[in-house]
Amino acid sequence: MLIHIRRYFTIAIAAALLISNPLRAQHEIIDTTAAEVPNYEEHAEQHSPGHDEEEEFNIGEMIMHHIADSHEWEFAHGLVAPLPVILYSPDRGVEVFMSSKFHNDQHEYNGYRLTHDEKEVIVPVDESRTVYDFSITKNVASMLISAVLLLLIFGAVAKAYKTRPGKAPRGFQSAMEIIILFIRDEVVKPNIGPTYEKYLPYMLTLFFFILINNLLGLLPGAANLTGNIAITLTLAVLTFIIVHINANKHYYMHLFKPTGVPVALLPVMVPVEIVGVFMKPFSLMVRLFANITAGHIILLSLFGLIFIFKSLALAPVVSLFALFMNFIEIMVAFIQAFIFTLLSCMYIGSAIEDNHEADHGIGH
Amino acid sequence: MSLLTPAIGLLFWMLVVFLLLVVVLRTYAWKPIIAGLKDREHEIQSALDLAQQTKAEMAKLQADNAKQLAEANASRDRIIREAKEAADRMIAEARDKAAVEGQKVLESARETIRNEQQAAITTMKKEIAALSLQIAEQVLRRELSDKTSQEKLVAELASNAHLN
Repeated sequence: MLIHIRRYFTIAIAAALLISNPLRAQHEIIDTTAAEVPNYEEHAEQHSPGHDEEEEFNIGEMIMHHIADSHEWEFAHGLVAPLPVILYSPDRGVEVFMSSKFHNDQHEYNGYRLTHDEKEVIVPVDESRTVYDFSITKNVASMLISAVLLLLIFGAVAKAYKTRPGKAPRGFQSAMEIIILFIRDEVVKPNIGPTYEKYLPYMLTLFFFILINNLLGLLPGAANLTGNIAITLTLAVLTFIIVHINANKHYYMHLFKPTGVPVALLPVMVPVEIVGVFMKPFSLMVRLFANITAGHIILLSLFGLIFIFKSLALAPVVSLFALFMNFIEIMVAFIQAFIFTLLSCMYIGSAIEDNHEADHGIGH
Repeated sequence: MSLLTPAIGLLFWMLVVFLLLVVVLRTYAWKPIIAGLKDREHEIQSALDLAQQTKAEMAKLQADNAKQLAEANASRDRIIREAKEAADRMIAEARDKAAVEGQKVLESARETIRNEQQAAITTMKKEIAALSLQIAEQVLRRELSDKTSQEKLVAELASNAHLN
């Protein structure tokens, strides 16, 4: 319910942004072309006047800059942590250097240029070369931090179970135990069925990975990791692979030869079923990405209002509203982690189910 | 939109980090945690089972106690009843016996009385006979002396003899 309301709200704000700021829309058209075929001269021209007229505030650019990935971690204006850049090119092999090397007028280093469009991309100056960017970006760094946090948290919890076996849970252990038990008993067990234990480690990792990154993303200056399509794509593809490795013959039979369907309808039903197979992970990917990104856009739009109106009186009102939105975002962090895990379990459950006839036409 | 195009570097790192995370957490976190939870659940279940069993045993014990109490009560009642019956019977017997004895005593008394009566009658008859003899002797003697007095005497004797 709330997700729906928030989604409409997001659409409304996005529409308002696009309408109220035609300049931003223009930029976007240029940017989309620039992202595919980078136009350096134009970029340079755009950049230099931007510095001269500091007064102009482009909220669209600000928001895109904050929700996109970056090669350095900007905690606040001027407080920037450089991150390692790792590049692989077929001719030069692996190159590693810090992103602070790009801090010069041309944003160039060692034959590479860092473009500052809507999305930061490292491109070779020599256009004939190809380069693959495996840099530890802000998102990767944030992901590594979250991984370390997860290891520390659940290492400690596991240790508590080992050192005090058969005792009542205590402190942090009991806090985590509630969530673990909830995932096991309410999400994994009822949806997957008797063989649930095989999938439990993946589902728990999935839930806590999404949850911790959703929550970390709400911190000021943090990365928007779960609102990045690459992350949600990887998670959705992993679920897809697990579903299709473990699916039984009923599942595949149902896909290519649905029972109870007239032969005349098969040319329609089989493509629909096959599209349905890919729609499931696609919806997983888009749901998480869109929800988290939308939340960030709402918050950034609210803060942007202060700079658009340049009014101090507006700040408390906006802050109150942003506080309210932050509470909703904390809830969304839990809900989205839960939904991703729940749907993954349901997809696995429906693929390993013994009898498919019973729910024909319902689960699709 | 650049937002919708996944970056290859991020895809790569995500895959590596996430898979490592799944493997490491599975080995070092989820397995001990799940095992611990399961152990605790088993312990709680067995404790509950034990409590249930103890409760059943207690109920059984209580039922046994009640049964024994009922039995004891029943046997007490029976013993009392039997004792009462025995006493009643003994009293009745004693009464019967006493009655019989009394009857016997009465019988023998009556016998004695009858015997003594008989003896007395016999004695009286003897004495009457002796008296008659004496009278007769005296009459015989007087007859010899005076005839009128003899008759007077006989009449007198005869009137006296009517008394017996």
